[in-house]
Amino acid sequence: MRIYFLMILLICSFPLLSQDCDYTLRGILTDFHDGTVLEGATIIVAGSERSFVTDSEGKFIIHHLCNETYSIQVSHPFCLTKGFRVSVTGDTFKTFKLEHHLEELNEITINGKVVSNQSKTLQENIINKEELERYSSRSLGDALANLSGVSSLNTGNTVIKPMINGLHSSRIVIINNGVRMEDQEWGAEHAPNVDVNSISKLTLIKGAGALQYSGDAIGGVIIAEASKVPFKDSIYGKTQLGVGSNGRGMFFNSELIKSYDTGWYTALQGSIKQFGDFETADYNLSNTGIYERNALLKFGLNTYDIGFEALYSFFKNEIGILKASHVGSAQDLLRAIESDRPLVINEFTYDIDAPKQDVTHHLARIKAYKRLVGLGKVKFQYDYQKNNRLEFDIRRGADRGKASLDLELDTHTLRLDLDAKTSNQSNLKVGFMGSYQKNFARNTGVRRLIPDYDKYDLGAYIIGDYQANEEWLFEIGARFDFTKMDVFKFYRTSFWESRNYNQQFSELVVEDFGSQILTNPKLDFNNGSGTLGIVNSFDEKHTLYFNYSLTSRIPNPSELFSEGLHHSASRIELGDLSFNSEIGHKLSFALERKEYKFSYSINPFINNISDFILIEPVSTTSTIRGTFQVWEYRQTNAQLLGVDLNATYVFNEQMQFNHQLSIVKGRDKTQNEALINMPPVNTTNEIVYYNNKFNNLRLALQSEYVFRQNEFPNTNFEVYIPNTESYVEVDGSTPPPAYHLINFNSSIDFDFSERSILTLGFQVTNLLNVSYRNYLNRMRLFADDLGRNFLLNIKLKY
Amino acid sequence: MKNIFLLPAILFTLLLLGSCSNDDDTPELVNEEELITTLTVTLVPEGGGTSITLSTQDLDGDGPDEPIIYVSSNLSAGVTYNGSISLLDESSRPAEDITEEVEEEADEHQFFYTVGSGLDVTVNATNFDSDGNALGTEFSLVANGVSSGILTFTLRHEPNKPTDNLATAGGETDIEASFTISVE
Repeated sequence: MRIYFLMILLICSFPLLSQDCDYTLRGILTDFHDGTVLEGATIIVAGSERSFVTDSEGKFIIHHLCNETYSIQVSHPFCLTKGFRVSVTGDTFKTFKLEHHLEELNEITINGKVVSNQSKTLQENIINKEELERYSSRSLGDALANLSGVSSLNTGNTVIKPMINGLHSSRIVIINNGVRMEDQEWGAEHAPNVDVNSISKLTLIKGAGALQYSGDAIGGVIIAEASKVPFKDSIYGKTQLGVGSNGRGMFFNSELIKSYDTGWYTALQGSIKQFGDFETADYNLSNTGIYERNALLKFGLNTYDIGFEALYSFFKNEIGILKASHVGSAQDLLRAIESDRPLVINEFTYDIDAPKQDVTHHLARIKAYKRLVGLGKVKFQYDYQKNNRLEFDIRRGADRGKASLDLELDTHTLRLDLDAKTSNQSNLKVGFMGSYQKNFARNTGVRRLIPDYDKYDLGAYIIGDYQANEEWLFEIGARFDFTKMDVFKFYRTSFWESRNYNQQFSELVVEDFGSQILTNPKLDFNNGSGTLGIVNSFDEKHTLYFNYSLTSRIPNPSELFSEGLHHSASRIELGDLSFNSEIGHKLSFALERKEYKFSYSINPFINNISDFILIEPVSTTSTIRGTFQVWEYRQTNAQLLGVDLNATYVFNEQMQFNHQLSIVKGRDKTQNEALINMPPVNTTNEIVYYNNKFNNLRLALQSEYVFRQNEFPNTNFEVYIPNTESYVEVDGSTPPPAYHLINFNSSIDFDFSERSILTLGFQVTNLLNVSYRNYLNRMRLFADDLGRNFLLNIKLKY
Repeated sequence: MKNIFLLPAILFTLLLLGSCSNDDDTPELVNEEELITTLTVTLVPEGGGTSITLSTQDLDGDGPDEPIIYVSSNLSAGVTYNGSISLLDESSRPAEDITEEVEEEADEHQFFYTVGSGLDVTVNATNFDSDGNALGTEFSLVANGVSSGILTFTLRHEPNKPTDNLATAGGETDIEASFTISVE
């Protein structure tokens, strides 16, 4: 059959031999359904012996073609082989779409298709597997910070919280393998409990597009997924080993997947990572080591009609907190800030001592689906998460070595979803969700930072989209959530009275213990959220997105109930029991151009948030331990506006230039002042050399420039210093100067055996060993950021 | 295939039962264990006489109430006092003596004395840790001449020992108590 086909082609091409045949066909191969690029596909030009393989970006180039129509055969391991007819007129660029063999299944697959249907009218940014693998030794937050519009709020260099368009913590929802992470994400020094090695794709939605998961993602949604399991008999996996000079550490990751053509599959993955004290350009950062262990096991069945998956993952992370940042009073804080170098610098060690965090996260999930004729696909999911957070301070006496904070957060969630294709042009998704959460704070001999509570959530959503024609697509969605919190909280009597709660909330008192009062606040919240979007693909290369989303977020436990000294911040933090939900209105536009030579996207946005909860200093208070600044949570109207820019220019098949720029401005509209911790303007420029003829050699040189943040609220205060008998200003708010980092990244592939590829990677971050401090790093008051780091890693794919 | 719907039903029921049978136990009261509410300095004049007491008490810890500061009487010029510091946690009953704990961990603690301008006294630690470095829960105070000013006692946890310089000692401040005293 193929022979005939080729012969016919051969005959057809005879008369054309005399033509000028020096044209080039460039192409990109993508998945027909979700647009992901397909790597490693073989492209054969019929009538010749020439075959080509698509690179990691799905691109290929064929030289020396004539002005003629060619038949091209495209095959990919996971796809059905398909023939295309391409007419070459001069140098031609064409996008090829391949029907993933898996595709029919992916739509129902548990891992697969969730993403592309998240939101059709919000531009999505994706980090693919290759890119993620460069962050194997680092964290989810580091990988995400690579996208324009994403920064990170750091505590040192191992607690990395993603920040989307200036918002973080409770305003960002992380979906890990289809499960909304409940890992005490409210705290600014609580990093997401997701192993970057357990996922193979990260999708960022800078808005509340994914109503099926939540209506409270005022900042955005991050979706982490595992790779698709092919629908064939196969066993494959990869093993990675890496070593890093800064922190003198290593990581190891290995995964193995077994799949069957009956649709059954099972996968196992594990990783371990250990680093000792990291260092800046000039000194050791004492007690900043990290020891992380992860495992993931899953199995399931994928067929067209029916399927299920059971998954369990374990995450454990022990993180040292810079010793010099452990300060008592404001006087201590002043000394630490005024000293150029940290006040404690010890010899390098792998030991992690107090202050430290030790976090364990268990996630278990079962998911099942069935396709019902005439109705659509019905999906069911139950997940259970157990998060245990231990925080250790430097303690005295019998309490030495005992955690100061021991919180256990258990969450059960049930979901029932229906995806229906209501017509050829429209889809409808509806679903219900119920969850129960229990927070339990063990008695550690330190008053509870977060009280014990039970929380009940009920949610329902409906999302519809309509593809009017090739050009226009409309999407509309709505969601409603009811939340009930039943809290047991001990207040200090002196605080209870100073806040006048004894008048306002006297009915909440359960028992009076003299110096403390036990109360039982019961809070109900009814929250609505919605989204409205339009996409216009006005020509083959350009797409215009418009999206409005309404989000409502209930205040988190620390905003409601904080009352006391926050050790790691050396300040007293006070919440407010009477807070109501934050309401965000985000308008975002995006203009996107996708083409071989020059691609870009421009994404301006405006986010107006009413009853925005922020914390700010209000006074200082004296205690027997010295003076402390008092920070109180307050609700205000805030506005964030900004623009994210991405551009890629391809010089030739080997050289490419990438550019990114993010600007965000945040204002408190009521007080008319800047919002705290807004990311400074930053730009990343990168030159990439890639040669698929020479073992896929990839060399990338990246420049990262972060401007100084000039807009910030002045939260400085004065404190009395007995030594000098004077009042001195404690400057905790002035941002550090701008900085410029150069990073280098390289990798090369070798055929290890017939079926396995060995990849060697070599990276250098902060190549010039610059001393700098990052405004968004809470440790910037105490120490410089990381110095140069050499990272070597070996990956074997089999 | 009906099993697939049976499973959610079972789980849902379990979940409901789980949350209903949830015991309504109220949480246990936490008394701050390492709280120091009270610092008392006793100055005993060498050769006899009335002792002088300086104290500061902050019963609500980092709560909004300010510490209450008390000075029993003025010092006498030319007299050397044997001083001792006692630390209490009076939020628990009976009050807990924290001085013992500090003395047990002498190598990790140190009291510093800051004599304000105008005040003419000399203060030196008289007890030491096992390495021979100052601990300072006991000290001698010489009231040199007639004067008045502020005397501050600072307790540091994990300072860089040995040191007598508060500014570079590092560590975490456990206590910082200032008293306005007069020598007559």
